[in-house]
Amino acid sequence: MALKHEEAGLTTEDLLNIYETMMMARRVDERMWLLNRSGKIPFVISCQGQEAAQVGAAYALDNTKDYVAPYYRDLGVVLHFGMTPKELMLSAFAKAEDPNSGGRQMPGHFGQKSNRILTGSSPVTTQVPHAVGVALAGKMKKQDFVAFTTLGEGSSNQGDFHEGLNFAGVHKLPVITMVENNKYAISVPFDRQVASKNVSDRAVGYGMPGVTIDGNDPIEVYKHVKEAADRARRGEGPTLIETVSERMTAHSSDDDHRQYRSADELAAQKEKDPILTFGAYLKENGIMDDELEKEINDRIMKEVNEATDYAENAPYAEPEHALKYVYAEEGGND
Amino acid sequence: MAVMNYIDAITLAMKEEMERDENVFVLGEDVGKKGGVFKATQGLYDQFGEDRVVDTPLAESAIAGVGIGAAMYGLRPIAEFQFADFIMPAVNQIISEASRIRYRSNNDWSCPIVFRAPFGGGVHGALYHSQSVEAVFANQPGLKIVIPSTPHDAKGLLKAAIRDEDPVMFFEHKRAYRLIKGEVPEDDYTIEIGKADVKREGEDITVITYGLAVHFALQAAERLAEDGYSVHILDLRTVYPLDQEAIIEAAKKTGKVLLVTEDNKEGSIIGEVAAIIAEHCLFDLDAPIKRLAGPDVPAMAYAPTMEKYFMINPDKVEKAMRELAEF
Repeated sequence: MALKHEEAGLTTEDLLNIYETMMMARRVDERMWLLNRSGKIPFVISCQGQEAAQVGAAYALDNTKDYVAPYYRDLGVVLHFGMTPKELMLSAFAKAEDPNSGGRQMPGHFGQKSNRILTGSSPVTTQVPHAVGVALAGKMKKQDFVAFTTLGEGSSNQGDFHEGLNFAGVHKLPVITMVENNKYAISVPFDRQVASKNVSDRAVGYGMPGVTIDGNDPIEVYKHVKEAADRARRGEGPTLIETVSERMTAHSSDDDHRQYRSADELAAQKEKDPILTFGAYLKENGIMDDELEKEINDRIMKEVNEATDYAENAPYAEPEHALKYVYAEEGGND
Repeated sequence: MAVMNYIDAITLAMKEEMERDENVFVLGEDVGKKGGVFKATQGLYDQFGEDRVVDTPLAESAIAGVGIGAAMYGLRPIAEFQFADFIMPAVNQIISEASRIRYRSNNDWSCPIVFRAPFGGGVHGALYHSQSVEAVFANQPGLKIVIPSTPHDAKGLLKAAIRDEDPVMFFEHKRAYRLIKGEVPEDDYTIEIGKADVKREGEDITVITYGLAVHFALQAAERLAEDGYSVHILDLRTVYPLDQEAIIEAAKKTGKVLLVTEDNKEGSIIGEVAAIIAEHCLFDLDAPIKRLAGPDVPAMAYAPTMEKYFMINPDKVEKAMRELAEF
């Protein structure tokens, strides 16, 4: 019998790429917490626990032509789409070279035109209609790219979710909406956020397929996003995918989740950590041994260290830079 | 040069821009087969097809948000809101997103989109089909707000808005649509956004206003001229960001300034105009700055008595002008 990843069309090389990107997201995130707790950066908002969903999904897309409208936890998505650890650290330190915003936005507010990562804001779910608009433009221009957008399950209650998905459904647009259900909207649990059993149940109202899958399994996520992307490219319209995973940190560096989650719950989720479970899958199937694991980890830590040092020593924007780019300027971006 | 209605100048501007640039497209409610509830997009569906004249679901945040996404991709959307009053569900998309996309991405992304909407009263539109909403958006750097008063300006300014690299809110006075006629050049011309325009030269008092009120002021000025008062009228045309230089020049010219809007008085555009004059022209003024505006009630009522009470008109403008001239 073929192994699970073989059935999904993934090679061992693919799996190692996915693993390495997941691990990079985790290590960058952990470093940001360390920097925050040592007083070097003001804020962190985490991907921890959602790396499998993010990287599995991003790997199923074409990072040379597809567009992504990510939400604030999507370190794994933007890494696969070409943002580097150095660039992420420049964002964490709010330095001038940060490609996301030049130090204007908090970390997690991704955006990088060269990699087709749409710029995002803090009011949640506004990116969903943007992805639909990009897809509409692609359809008008007869392009075969897919627009991929993500959000949390709490954000799926916003009007923009409904308006965006309905629009995509009506016009049969190549949009994949992935709800990364981590069971909490800050402190409010799923059953106080969403009236249906699953977020994906809502898909029927938008005339599109909806599916709820294990967000701790990057192979499973890859398989479903790949199918959705293939359908979208064939002109068969949008898909709603809900990945269920764990939020392994507090909402952000300004939150303490011990106030609303039990010690048992927090201990139990460690067993589902996708970095560990996916690492175990690779080892069980002879794809990674201890030596390779160490080699990958050492390589990542070296890059994270270099990125941290670079970003910490990089200059801030000049104060008066705050006045620039309200409107297009001579010699601007166009 | 053809004489045409204000609304026909708007339709013509869109038609010419869609012919010029295939990235220009229209989206909104009923803009397709019906040609819009006011007929602003009439003929465009037949000429350009359903892909470029997109009938959207009845959902304003999506009209704005989907348009923003298409603009970020590189298209030039014209997003129509059926009435300015119904723009409120889209305010988050317009203010949190469109206005900040260039700034927040440090000039990496941009959002060249036009948000069009009919506004204004005097059409028995009651509370929710009569409002002036420009002040809601007029402290949001990143946005530009254009309100033309004549068919000539409407065509040139809308074409400029479509070609602008940043989001432009384009408010069209719905009573002007078929009331105001004027000469419109058939050639391709644009009018620079951000520039006010002197609509009448005068020496005794200055009126600064925009939209339909420009015509009220022009009518009132004719009446005052019979009594020997010469009125200078400045049409703001762009109400955000304001043309400070033109405002200062117009105020200094006569030293007596009347500011007119049909919006509610407190917090309206003309309050900022007054502040600019107060900052720059205090020693040139011969009278306190005078304001004529709607009363500070939520919006104009349906009953004709109350609607008329709320709405400014040439008589009210004339009375305010006379008081100022005689000060």
